[in-house]
Amino acid sequence: MRSVILSAAARLLFPLLLLFSVFLLFRGHNDPGGGFVGGLVAATAYALLSLTGGVSSARRVLPARPEVLVGTGLLLALGSGLPSLAAGRPFMTGLWAGFALPVVGKPGTPVLFDTGVYVTVLGIVLLILFTLQEEDEA
Amino acid sequence: MIAAVLSGFAVALLAPALAKRLGRGAGAVLALYPAALFFRFLSRVPAVVAGETPSASLPFVPELGISLSFRLDGLALLMALLVTGIGAIVLVYAGTYLEGHPRRGPLLGLLVAFLSAMAGLVLCDDLLALFAFWEATSILSYFLIGFEREEAEARAAALQALLVTGGGGLALLAGFVLLGQAGGTLEVSALAANAEALKAHPLYLPALLLVLAGAFTKSAQVPFHFWLPGAMAAPTPVSAYLHSATMVKAGVFLLARLHPALGGTREWVWVVTSVGAATMLTGALLSVGQRDLKRLLAFSTVSALGSLTMLVGVGTPAALGAAMVFLLAHALYKAALFLVAGILDHEAGTRDATRLGGLLPLLPATGVAAMAAAFSMAGLPPLLGFVSKELLYDAALRASPLPFVLVPVAVGSNMLLVAVALTVGFGPFTGPRGATSKLPHEAPVAMWAGPALLGFGSLAAGVFSGALSPFLSAAASSALGHPYGVRLELWHGFSLVLLKSLVTLVVGVALYRGRHRLRAFAERFAPLGALGPARLWRAGLAGLVSVAKGTAAFLSSGSLRQDVRVVVVAAVALLGPLLLSRGTFGAADALPSVRPIEAVLALLVVAGAVGAVVAGSRLSAVVGLGVTGYGIALLFLVFGAPDLSMTQFAVETLSVLLFVAVLRRLPRLRSRSAPRSRAVDAALAAAVGALMAGLVLAVHAGPLRSRLSGFFAESSLPLAKGRNVVNVILVDFRGLDTLGEITVLAVAALGVLSLVRLRLAAKGTAGAKEGGR
Repeated sequence: MRSVILSAAARLLFPLLLLFSVFLLFRGHNDPGGGFVGGLVAATAYALLSLTGGVSSARRVLPARPEVLVGTGLLLALGSGLPSLAAGRPFMTGLWAGFALPVVGKPGTPVLFDTGVYVTVLGIVLLILFTLQEEDEA
Repeated sequence: MIAAVLSGFAVALLAPALAKRLGRGAGAVLALYPAALFFRFLSRVPAVVAGETPSASLPFVPELGISLSFRLDGLALLMALLVTGIGAIVLVYAGTYLEGHPRRGPLLGLLVAFLSAMAGLVLCDDLLALFAFWEATSILSYFLIGFEREEAEARAAALQALLVTGGGGLALLAGFVLLGQAGGTLEVSALAANAEALKAHPLYLPALLLVLAGAFTKSAQVPFHFWLPGAMAAPTPVSAYLHSATMVKAGVFLLARLHPALGGTREWVWVVTSVGAATMLTGALLSVGQRDLKRLLAFSTVSALGSLTMLVGVGTPAALGAAMVFLLAHALYKAALFLVAGILDHEAGTRDATRLGGLLPLLPATGVAAMAAAFSMAGLPPLLGFVSKELLYDAALRASPLPFVLVPVAVGSNMLLVAVALTVGFGPFTGPRGATSKLPHEAPVAMWAGPALLGFGSLAAGVFSGALSPFLSAAASSALGHPYGVRLELWHGFSLVLLKSLVTLVVGVALYRGRHRLRAFAERFAPLGALGPARLWRAGLAGLVSVAKGTAAFLSSGSLRQDVRVVVVAAVALLGPLLLSRGTFGAADALPSVRPIEAVLALLVVAGAVGAVVAGSRLSAVVGLGVTGYGIALLFLVFGAPDLSMTQFAVETLSVLLFVAVLRRLPRLRSRSAPRSRAVDAALAAAVGALMAGLVLAVHAGPLRSRLSGFFAESSLPLAKGRNVVNVILVDFRGLDTLGEITVLAVAALGVLSLVRLRLAAKGTAGAKEGGR
């Protein structure tokens, strides 16, 4: 599927979608959004690239292989439950910093957890998409 | 204490990088961790001997009464010292043993992780946490046995060990749950305090049998003993650590740990004692037919585990005291002999006992260490093995059930084990030089130091056995549930017990001298092995796989249409009657309140669905489905669920993209089914649609009794500091659920990956066939 308009649009949309997905991730705690939908939107960005320019072009701008993303995301989500243990509270008790950062808002373990969800979802969708597409290309 | 033990998992992650940087020294550096733990535990000995039980607790799921609580009593201390002490020795040894192996780092890491899991297991007071560590040791053992993953034999042995111990683990979990129900608590110490009520509870027997199934599989008791010799496919340091000194002792440890809570009943004494005695004899009988040093040691370990189980089964103070002494003695000499077998394999190029001989001048340090260990195993004074065997005979003689059976079993097994001990630790170093492929020379000091230390330990512990009495008494007391003093002495005076020890030695040496004829005799019975439980196990496993295949073939023909039909028919058949008989539908009064926008969106959804059905091409069908999906997303939005709506939009978009990705591979759309089967399909579709509509109406008609939505809405901001209730539920209140869900998704994605990879591997043939589905 080679369409000049679509590939040009994909290249323009890609950074916007990615930015939007991160925005969704961080605003999720107080407004509609969150890691799951953020991860899906980010996956859409990469999917557009890979459908228009081939899997290799999408892989080039992906920081790690999708398998690695899935593992990293799961570890992030799991790891976000550990700090509370060190503080002597039950596993996965939410801990929050007393200050707020710009853009991200108040840092806390639930935000880390949500980031883990984001990375996992992105990895899963791309793992499936790339695998199917590469089988097609092979 | 908790942090010190759990930090091992973090240390394990460092191992690969460390091995790359440091080479052979990595093992020694990593060994600092268990060595530090060892000395830390050692410093607690005076306190524990004085009757204290240092403990620490961390809440985990307080609502369910689950906490991570560690309790260092005498039994835990004995095991923890063995786990960390032998762990340090094995790590130093493994660093050199695997010199040049490309995956030395991962192996060392797995060993460190195993060490932590094992230490956690012996220290835990909470049964569910204990179960988690128990499973961790099974899983790590799988990777360790199958470490040489290119070898089919190693993979098969690893899987067998995992399935046997994992199956037992499931039984164990069920047993723990029943114990929790019967005793009202999952803390071992609290269960023991309430032992009488527990033993009278109707759930006692099922719980006991399930726990025993777990312990017996882990400790390789008859009829589950066959996995242990198979596990010898593991690298030798692994066998020395897991399959002699630590993991296989976990079952015996659990029995001793639960003895105060569950032991002493008729069922306990008879089942545990007889299984132990049978294992003791079976292991000893099977060991004499072996030539491979490691298999000789493996079967003798089965026998030793049997005697430990038997002693815990008998359960008298004398028996438990003997069990603790033997636990220590066995760990010392068996780990040493395994490490020696590894050295011989390494330096002489063979583990065949018939081809090794006369090596003492060439490997003097290893030889002396091996002989010390072998003499301890044979029960020669003044080594610890002798002291331990005296106590074993004494306990068997005074056992309440059937001493006239237990004594001959114990004496007979030990005679055979004397021959095994000498074959492994004495034979290779004496007599004429054997025909080995390479000229052996002394191993590096990092390798012989371990066996030497352990051999020396066997000697010192024997000579100064009196000094060990308070420490081992503390261990026996925790297994008994009340204070008891074990008396360790080299000289008991002339007695029946001493006579038995002497007879054992004399006959054992005679058997050793005739070992070649003995083995030839035993090998004649080798074909009988085909009738053993291993065959039954394999047949059972094959049966299970074929049942699973049959079920899968029955439910899923491989045709997508057929599979969907099965799901849909099952849903309608199971839910439909229930809905019709129990449901109340209060829909009619809701109709007037439908807003125009809702009606328009509903029509859009329906139009999309109809379009997808009548579409002439796949692309237009996909578009039709997309319209339906977006319409539903808009409906969510209209009804005030922006999060749901946004997610639905994203999912729909991605589905369309995924469809486009695979579209090219699908054949052209054409009509494949006869009108009649289409009519059936239409009826099914209508039925499932009606079912879903009915469900929604029924849910809507019933009163919503959930107190949760109110709670979530109110506590979202104060408790979880978030205004978006949906997201707060996902990442905080129900975070554990979400963690489970993304894990499931990840596993599904890996499934897709491996399926496609498999198909790519078998490229060409599959493509054409799959296309039609």
